[in-house]
Amino acid sequence: MNQIATQLNPLAGYLILSAFIFAIGLAGALTRRSAIIVLIGIELMLNAANLNFIAFWRFSEHPEALTGIMFAIFSIGVAAAEAAVGLALIIAIYRHYKSANMDDVNSLKG
Amino acid sequence: MNIFFAIIAAVTIAAAVAAMSLRNLVHCALALAVAFAGLAAAYLELGAQFVGFTQILVYVGAVAILVVFAILLTRGSETSPHSVLSAGWLSGILVAVAVLAVLVYAIAKSFVLQNAVPAQPTVTVKQIGEALMTKFVLPLEVVGLLLTAALIGAVIIALKEEGKK
Repeated sequence: MNQIATQLNPLAGYLILSAFIFAIGLAGALTRRSAIIVLIGIELMLNAANLNFIAFWRFSEHPEALTGIMFAIFSIGVAAAEAAVGLALIIAIYRHYKSANMDDVNSLKG
Repeated sequence: MNIFFAIIAAVTIAAAVAAMSLRNLVHCALALAVAFAGLAAAYLELGAQFVGFTQILVYVGAVAILVVFAILLTRGSETSPHSVLSAGWLSGILVAVAVLAVLVYAIAKSFVLQNAVPAQPTVTVKQIGEALMTKFVLPLEVVGLLLTAALIGAVIIALKEEGKK
């Protein structure tokens, strides 16, 4: 029964797609040296969460409440602010250390 | 599970993998724009037109361009001779695979998949605007304040450090 529902329900497809995007973003953020790629990975993870919001809104019993859409819109706004501040921080770090690699920024390392 | 969703999912996952694995950072930014566009197509497929076009405007239009600017300002476009992977990359891959396995297991066992699929909801921009101006007016103001503060803060952080000329 569970297997059949998983294969037939389109919600499962979107949730699996979202899980894959989240895992890809996490892998990139954890493995790459460039701070810009780390930030891109974080953006991908935020987008995966947004896709979940929209998918649950589409397949919910009360879509007229618009909560999923509203959360996604506000999440996009917050992510835009986060991207602007994050990239400004990377530029400031590059100017200070002459490098945008995470491994070179180790002043606080014990 | 129709053919459109299969195409969208394949393109989005391929672009996300490319954005995370290519050596040249400019190529990564371009693959990122493709991944964002694929997600916007997924939103359109789900019936959320407003969010889909917002995604294209904000992510493909603004965030991808910001990333390209940051890459060019930090000379990231020059491919480095060293390894692009950080020191603990193996444990990072293991953590990501473990997270994916847990998520897929939770989705496969979830009870929400037993629910019947409802009809496609129709939502107009007028409804979204009215909701933003009535029920969600306080979060809207807070997001406006947050964006203003974040953009001023970004400019101040990226300004030249004093005394270093």
